[in-house]
Amino acid sequence: MKKIIYMDNAATTSTGRAALDAMIPVLEREYGNPSSLHQLGQQAADLLADARKRVAACIGAQPDEIYFTSGGTESDNWAITQLARTGAAKGKKHIISTAFEHHAVLHTLKRLEKEGFEVTLLDVHQDGIVRVDELKAAIRPDTCLVTVMYANNEIGTIQPIAEIGAVCREQGILFHTDAVQAVGHLPIDVVKENIDLMSMSAHKFHGPKGIGALYCRRGIRLTNFIEGGAQERNRRGGTENLPAICGMAAALENACSGMEERSKTVSAMRDRIIDEVVQNIPYVRVNGDREKRLPGNVNICFEGIEGESLLLRLDLEGICASSGSACTSGLLDPSHVLLAIGLPKEIAHGSLRLTLDEENTEEDVQHLLEVLPGIVSGLREMSPVWEEMMNKNS
Amino acid sequence: MAMGYSEKVRDHFANPRNVGKLENADGIGEVGNAVCGDIMKIYLKIDGDIITDVRFNTFGCGAAIATSSMATEMIKGKPISEALQLTNHAVVEALDGLPPAKLHCSVLAEEAVKAAVADYYRKKGLPIPEACVASCGGDCGHCCG
Repeated sequence: MKKIIYMDNAATTSTGRAALDAMIPVLEREYGNPSSLHQLGQQAADLLADARKRVAACIGAQPDEIYFTSGGTESDNWAITQLARTGAAKGKKHIISTAFEHHAVLHTLKRLEKEGFEVTLLDVHQDGIVRVDELKAAIRPDTCLVTVMYANNEIGTIQPIAEIGAVCREQGILFHTDAVQAVGHLPIDVVKENIDLMSMSAHKFHGPKGIGALYCRRGIRLTNFIEGGAQERNRRGGTENLPAICGMAAALENACSGMEERSKTVSAMRDRIIDEVVQNIPYVRVNGDREKRLPGNVNICFEGIEGESLLLRLDLEGICASSGSACTSGLLDPSHVLLAIGLPKEIAHGSLRLTLDEENTEEDVQHLLEVLPGIVSGLREMSPVWEEMMNKNS
Repeated sequence: MAMGYSEKVRDHFANPRNVGKLENADGIGEVGNAVCGDIMKIYLKIDGDIITDVRFNTFGCGAAIATSSMATEMIKGKPISEALQLTNHAVVEALDGLPPAKLHCSVLAEEAVKAAVADYYRKKGLPIPEACVASCGGDCGHCCG
């Protein structure tokens, strides 16, 4: 079998050794329910408390500010719907967000709009970065919540979170950030960055799937999203997924130790790919700011071709990538992220996202750079769009 | 298997048949648009009433390329009248199915064949047969505009 080169780490990551080593003993032996008073239950409760403490420490939070959830989507839904309801109770029904949020945020906001909320989506400009002065200008007396993602999942651009947080704090508006792509990849300190609520997902940093957390700053009244037992300090019912929680804590600690070193290696591979593609393949566009960018994110549009066919051709070469293109998601419209940074639809269709991490090697990058130009020119040769572009230019 | 594509779709995507253009084609049909993410262009060589050669160029996803490839295979060497009988369903069937979100690609393939035949009649100065309208009556809402 051909070697698989995995460059889709923003979709999900491999389950790391740290997570597996933490999870397997729990799966095998620690089956107690943390709510039980007997010794097996109490052992489980200790493991849960320890995991909570370690997750909190990785982001500069206190243990009682961490609520375990089923992942980023639930955390986003929880934070946004419940804070919106709290706002509405005070007559505040305006929310500020951005046009390129993850669907977990955008679709939640859509539903709130139907319920009578007003949503302002900030422009993310051509570089994929929100402007703090535009946020300031969008704030109204009835604004109850600002939700801006930490780093974008498609184009990797990092937002000025600390500044946004400072503005919100000053104005007395709650600030939530979907940090699913950032946690474990960028140094985060919720206190220094003025973050009130933050969504996290374990499988983006070599933890298991189906587990995540919501950080909610002390003193913020968070109402229940899932009703049930007294788990998560009465805030989220349901027996805790202890093996996954232990896996998440171990994976996050592992991701946060040696982050700087890893980030250097990964961003060097990222920059090599971007530089060589731009140099060797004509009519390409790099999407998103080159500096304020996640270490592993490459997002490039190849004019004249469609993203899914590029993705499938790469797959035939053993390279797992992703495309924000319409076809990949089963929709006809191209990526809302690429449209939000102002790309015309016909160009947005030709996007390729490669998301690297420390498991990738220079040999992987070399192989990619060897096969990519041929794949692109092969698809362009059979593309009527490319033919027309060339005819216009000749 | 990616996207729920059948082996046949994967084969026609990986090794598309009849890719290219024909110089002095007797009929050329182009359908779709780049904004929607797919364009198919079919070139026909016609001798008497037989399609003696056919080529395609396609901008689009895996299914768009595979349906173009299959559609050209299905009309190559056939009389025009038979090519006009080609439906998107027949193309889908020949490919052992397509994921629901990709069915519009097969409609595009049928339309491209019919547009190329219509172009042949137009070039000849002959009336365009009614069968050149796609089987969905052109009302399949395939494109996002």
